[in-house]
Amino acid sequence: MTYKEIAKKYLETNGITIGDTIKVKKEDISYEGILLDRSEDSEDGYLVLKLDSGYNIGVAIENTEAELIEKGDKPKIGYEGGEIEKDPNKMDISIISTGGTVSSIIDYKTGAVHPAFTAEDLLRANPELLDYANYNVEALYNILSENMKPKYWVEAAESIADDISEGSDGIVIAHGTDTLHYTSAALSFMLETPVPIIITGAQRSSDRPSTDAHVNLIDSVIAAKSDLAEVSVCMHGSLDDNYTYLHKGTKVRKMHTSRRDTFRSINFEPIAKIENESIEINPHYNYTKRNEKELKVNTAIEEKVGFIKSFPGISEEFIEYHIDKGYKGLVIEGTGLGHVPDNLIKSLSRANDENIPVVMTSQCLYGRVNMNVYSTGREIIDAGVISGRDMTPETAYVKLSWVLGQSEDKKEVEKLMNTNIAGEFNEKSSIKYFLN
Amino acid sequence: MDWEKLGLKMGLEIHQQLNTQHKLFCPCKTELIDDEHNELIRRNLRPTQSELGEIDRAALQESLRNLNFQYEAYNYNTCLVETDDEPPHSLNEEALEISITIAALMNMHIVDEFHTMRKQVIDGSNTGGFQRTGLVATDGYLDTPYGRVAIESLGLEEDAARRIETTDNYTEFRLDRLGIPLAEITTDPSMHHPEQVREVAYMIGQVLRSTNVKRGLGTIRQDLNISISEGARVEIKGVQNLDLMSTIVENEVTRQLNLIDIKKELNERNAEVLEEIHDLDELFENTESKILKSAESIKAVVLKGFNGLIGREVQPGRRFGTEIASYAKKRGVSGIFHSDELPAYGITQEEVDKVAEFLDIGPEDAFIIVAHDEDIAISALEEVKRRANLGFEGVLEETRKSLDDGNTEYMRPLPTANRMYLETDIPLFKITDELVEPIKNNLPELPDVKKERIIKEYNLSEDLANQLVKRLEADVFENILSDVDVNPTPVASLLAYDLREIKREGYDITILTTQHFKDLFQLLADGKIAKDSVTKLATAIIESPEEEVIKIAENNNLTLLSEGEVCEIIANIVAKNENMVKERQMGAMGPLMGMSMKELKGKADGSLVNKIVKEEIQKLL
Repeated sequence: MTYKEIAKKYLETNGITIGDTIKVKKEDISYEGILLDRSEDSEDGYLVLKLDSGYNIGVAIENTEAELIEKGDKPKIGYEGGEIEKDPNKMDISIISTGGTVSSIIDYKTGAVHPAFTAEDLLRANPELLDYANYNVEALYNILSENMKPKYWVEAAESIADDISEGSDGIVIAHGTDTLHYTSAALSFMLETPVPIIITGAQRSSDRPSTDAHVNLIDSVIAAKSDLAEVSVCMHGSLDDNYTYLHKGTKVRKMHTSRRDTFRSINFEPIAKIENESIEINPHYNYTKRNEKELKVNTAIEEKVGFIKSFPGISEEFIEYHIDKGYKGLVIEGTGLGHVPDNLIKSLSRANDENIPVVMTSQCLYGRVNMNVYSTGREIIDAGVISGRDMTPETAYVKLSWVLGQSEDKKEVEKLMNTNIAGEFNEKSSIKYFLN
Repeated sequence: MDWEKLGLKMGLEIHQQLNTQHKLFCPCKTELIDDEHNELIRRNLRPTQSELGEIDRAALQESLRNLNFQYEAYNYNTCLVETDDEPPHSLNEEALEISITIAALMNMHIVDEFHTMRKQVIDGSNTGGFQRTGLVATDGYLDTPYGRVAIESLGLEEDAARRIETTDNYTEFRLDRLGIPLAEITTDPSMHHPEQVREVAYMIGQVLRSTNVKRGLGTIRQDLNISISEGARVEIKGVQNLDLMSTIVENEVTRQLNLIDIKKELNERNAEVLEEIHDLDELFENTESKILKSAESIKAVVLKGFNGLIGREVQPGRRFGTEIASYAKKRGVSGIFHSDELPAYGITQEEVDKVAEFLDIGPEDAFIIVAHDEDIAISALEEVKRRANLGFEGVLEETRKSLDDGNTEYMRPLPTANRMYLETDIPLFKITDELVEPIKNNLPELPDVKKERIIKEYNLSEDLANQLVKRLEADVFENILSDVDVNPTPVASLLAYDLREIKREGYDITILTTQHFKDLFQLLADGKIAKDSVTKLATAIIESPEEEVIKIAENNNLTLLSEGEVCEIIANIVAKNENMVKERQMGAMGPLMGMSMKELKGKADGSLVNKIVKEEIQKLL
């Protein structure tokens, strides 16, 4: 119960708990309804009642009398129904939930939204899924996307690897969208996979009829059954519900706070389109086929990597701080072709001297870093800064973290940063790679 | 009909669009748009499941139709909130204030805290699959000539998207109407006479019109809840015409009585709906019936003991068969054929006999045929069976659509109450005394009261006062007269009639401010312009609204001459016509008056001219 001081005391005095049907009497009106919980961040001194009509209202406690009409039961959440049988003719797909629920059950009585965590719940909420595959559903975490940490990437990668070893034909990961592209990049570096690994999410929560989760989930399953054995992100391709795109895990970014088609390929094109239950792989994309690679897991990662955005007037303290605090690497989101103001160059040299690799990316997001064009850029190169090429700043950050997990040797780190490991950079900038 | 004996109970639900600047949860305007849309967005909705894995009845019904939706969106007139691609913005406080005003006028109790809810609606009319709605006030009343009627609740909610067209493959909506604030007013179901319902609807209309609400077609929608003791509650949607109210009530009561009769008859006959769906394709292989010939599949079910009842009229021109058909139609067929109406539609008696023989039925029994694609035909017949079986229950709780002839048609089952849960994207809104008290202390006058008062206070004609109130100009009228001591009638007639004329000529009358009116009528009060020049001056102000009104009057030659100047001009005219005056004496008055008025048109008041002409003539005699 999240009722605070005044309300809590009032309820305790009257012997009322959440779920009870009560009558609250005021001088000239009384309300009867079920007592609901109140969100933690709202003001004390009010009760929330669900009236018979279905409406909730807030009732100020002051000068009221409460009467218990009927004790309420805690509502039972979950689906009823028999076992779901495995069909030997269908592929086995694992669905791993990290939070940001794949499917939800609304308890209309209290208004609470409960995630469907078990395979049974998930399949009863989305019965169409049964037509496509057999499922193993695992709730790895239930955390908000913004609370993701590098160590969770490790656990997710290990969990995926276990599923693949146990015979899973494809993996679908449900993820909150805010940091989904960090996770997709991390899994791209950590796993070499013989089966598709598809990460998906929803921009409109799955408790509403208009959710994009349902289409994204079904299309993810279709992608997980396909021949495209890579880490990719499956999300709506437009504001419509009729097709989704697969984006390469290292070349994708969340580009809108709320639209369904928020995820975009940056300096790349979507690698496949899924429409009418079929997947069409981009003919210009040379993909890794199912079973072409053996499963390999490499989850070593350095968590102490800093991420700094340059801005007019930035002080060198930003760099100095990270060096002083013992950061093992830095990614900079520079301006334009990959610049920072010249007052930072001395600090960048210091990082270099202390064997802290610094990777330059661009806050333009689109286009390629090139520090040879202007004199500041050349000074930055002289300070030992590594070009992030056409990687998104987020991918560069994840890659540096992973590379630092592989080696502490600056030369080796530099070599790995300049090696294309998971399709994170291209040599060629196509005219097609902008704002698509 | 003896309403009391029948146990007739009725309640009203009225939806009124509020005339706010912006929509309820986004900054878009609250105007409908007739331009071609810029974007078409394609969506599907799915019902979400409630705590016990049960989908709400009404929601389930809609989901079975498996509809796809298209939304017409505009680049600049709609935004991402309407397309369900951006969370709602904060509650529109202007809409809340209007709702509180309406609530106070109906003696209601305003809630302490407004919670925005999501009410599941998956017919596509809301892009999110739910309508946002909240309870503003409860437990009010209105006194009517039939006694006191309790006003149960006042909700503030979003209007739905506008349905543009429905095809076999999709339903298309326009997003312009979605999100316009609506006040939803519900009376308790305590009304017992159709005339009372009409009276209450009228009174609520009066309350609404005294506040800032939208006017015109489609801005107010009335639903009627109705039941009789042996019947069930039915909600009739979209009652447009108050004069039709008693016909609607009568027809609905008739329908309920007939359904109760049919129920009794079915039970007496031991009637039974048979499960099996029969295939009649072969039987109709060589049929002459165009409808049957063009269908992929012809199927039928047997209703044992139903003979004669399906063709039984339940409302004028509508049979029990029509009720069954309206359920089947929800599955995509355009209608059904039942044995009580056959032979017809090109189906011959011979074919009917063959069907009866094939189905092995007796004279007591009936059958229903559906012709369509196989899966649709089966699905429609499942609904036919379901509805026929429900015949044993008599009257069903339903939402029905009001038809123009006073009849009603089945839309969907009544929604159950559990479709609402909290809209978590919008903070709870505390309704404080600081918000409510000023509104309560400045409540608008109801239109009828206002009309009676201004007739008395300003000595206006009933007609002028009526027009002022109807056209919402009464406040401006009173404002002008509070500052300017002028004859009220020309003020009222400018506002009530002449402005309309000016508008018709193509002028933008919204340019005119209350200050303009005050300046204009001050000139009239001071005798600087003639009464006849009021309309002209108003038009001239629209053409140069920035300029001083007196200057505009002067520039357009609308100012009156002083009495001396008028005297001089008239004296001159009379002098020129001295001979005529001598000859005709006072008989020269008419022609001289004509000449003077021609010369002084708009520059002098007629009565003054008359007075001076008379004086000048008398001087000569």
